[in-house]
Amino acid sequence: MNELLGHFNYWIVIFLMMMGLYIVIASSNLIKKLIGLGVFQASVFILYITFGKIKDGSPPIITENVEIYSNPLPHVLILTAIVVGVATTSVGLALIVRIKEAYGSTDEDDIHDMDDNDDFDIKNRSIT
Amino acid sequence: MTHLPVLVVVAPLLAAALIVLINNRKGAWVITLLTSLFCFYASVNLLQIVQEVGAISYKLGGWDAPLGIELRIDALSSLMLIILSGSATLVSFYALKSVEKEIAQGKQVLFYSAFLLVMAGLIGISITGDAFNVFVFLEISSLSSYAIISMGKDRRALHASYQYLIMGTIGATFILIGIGFMYVMTGTLNMNDLALRLPAVADTNAIRAAFAFITIGVGIKAAMLPLHQWLPNAYAYSPSVVSTFLAATATKVAVYVMIRFQLTIFGIEFSLLDMPFDKILMILGTLGVLGGSIYAIFQSNVKRMLAYSSIAQIGYILLAIGLASHDGFTAALLHIFNHALIKGTLFMALGIIFFRFASVELSSMSGIAKTMPLTMAAFTIGGLSLIGVPGTAGFVSKWYLVTALLDASLWPLALLILVASILTLIYVGRVIEVAYFRQAPQVVEQQQIPKTMLIALWVFTLSNIYFGLNTDLSMGISTLAVDQLIGSRP
Repeated sequence: MNELLGHFNYWIVIFLMMMGLYIVIASSNLIKKLIGLGVFQASVFILYITFGKIKDGSPPIITENVEIYSNPLPHVLILTAIVVGVATTSVGLALIVRIKEAYGSTDEDDIHDMDDNDDFDIKNRSIT
Repeated sequence: MTHLPVLVVVAPLLAAALIVLINNRKGAWVITLLTSLFCFYASVNLLQIVQEVGAISYKLGGWDAPLGIELRIDALSSLMLIILSGSATLVSFYALKSVEKEIAQGKQVLFYSAFLLVMAGLIGISITGDAFNVFVFLEISSLSSYAIISMGKDRRALHASYQYLIMGTIGATFILIGIGFMYVMTGTLNMNDLALRLPAVADTNAIRAAFAFITIGVGIKAAMLPLHQWLPNAYAYSPSVVSTFLAATATKVAVYVMIRFQLTIFGIEFSLLDMPFDKILMILGTLGVLGGSIYAIFQSNVKRMLAYSSIAQIGYILLAIGLASHDGFTAALLHIFNHALIKGTLFMALGIIFFRFASVELSSMSGIAKTMPLTMAAFTIGGLSLIGVPGTAGFVSKWYLVTALLDASLWPLALLILVASILTLIYVGRVIEVAYFRQAPQVVEQQQIPKTMLIALWVFTLSNIYFGLNTDLSMGISTLAVDQLIGSRP
């Protein structure tokens, strides 16, 4: 039981990671895919933040009578990754807006059909 | 001079911002060209230093490694630098007219800016000595390449870019997880320091998981066969300039990351020999060679055809890495270099055809060799090089790969390379047949092909022949790189 609770964060990480990846794979809606991707990335953020905790460690601010500090570096690293995640989401959303304008749909299956039609149109135009 | 290693990354980053501030189309092109020229000059200088003195280490902010972030340029890095800055220079020279034609007026400045960011990211990956930095630079280059791929005229470019974004982000996040595991187990992110500390903890599941995550993540970026779905459309529908630059560099940088992690960080014993990963790489590489070539034969869009051919070429490189021998690695690095020349030539030729006919469908190319002989001649030389005809760059790397395979007494695979060359002959031959021997349709309008595009194309083309005849440079750097990675040939 202790083992289970002691690794609570890691269970959450695994749950979120699998859920995020599942949404990316299973959903055909472009926005939902992006949300899944966000959840997937967030799970990795939590993973890193959990890495930083050291048993019996106090917050990494120098004070008297404290010998063990938690590791602040993973937090700093993941700050960078969070910025990257925000950028990815915004680029993705911008692309979805343009896709909606060009295709009139945000459903991947519809878009695939239209892509296939585009291929077919060009083949029809060929002269050979 | 002492700051050259950091300047090759900082110059394009700053120039990208500068371009947006100046906001002038011609100015943007001039700055892009000058920046790439500077990077090329710096790369050549750095290469000379590496060849004479050995690996260069640059401490960012004066902080010593392993605490500070280190830029580290060895022969492998400088080989990548030459490929990246060389293609960037030619591509930006070529870009002026192509971008004017293919990209909406209001977006051209932003295009150049994003192009420089891609370049900065790719160069950064190649020279950093810090594992986390690899992730950061990877995302810089990926995010900007999603943007420039989506600028293609065809609406499918948007969807292709979105698919690349999803796949690419999953890949990058996998790399992030892998780096996290390595950091937890060793407490360091510096590559050399990791190499020192990893053996003590190598026999743990955490490190094996880290290796697996990183390999899959990099595999997505490199378009290793079962993970390649994003590539064909991304190359086929992006603007010509983008597909030329990305085809010449992007997947190769991913392969570089794979080699760097396998050889420098994990070490050859752990990554290739202890686990049967060398066999897995060879199987995936072989599948890539065959699958990519066969798919390429059935494409009607020539850009898409070359995109599948790129997957096949990545297969050759992975196959060579899978040999896990000195000769194998040398062949892999040689093919990275030569394939950049080949694909640069072919995609540039297609860019000119697209400039003129607004299409790269095979059916619209009938008889065009009569009206644009120089372009098609260059395409033919590039195609011969792709097949591996003696006298071209493609021959050199295939020759080394076949010799390495025979040395490892894997003659069935050597035979397979010959079969794949025949497959290549078929798809390149289709284009040449249509362009040279079919009746040309009634010419509607004669549009002059800009000189800048032709010059850039022919520099690439002639370099194919030059490096096919004179292998001192490419062979020299590759051998030196492998010597530095795994020690000299026994």
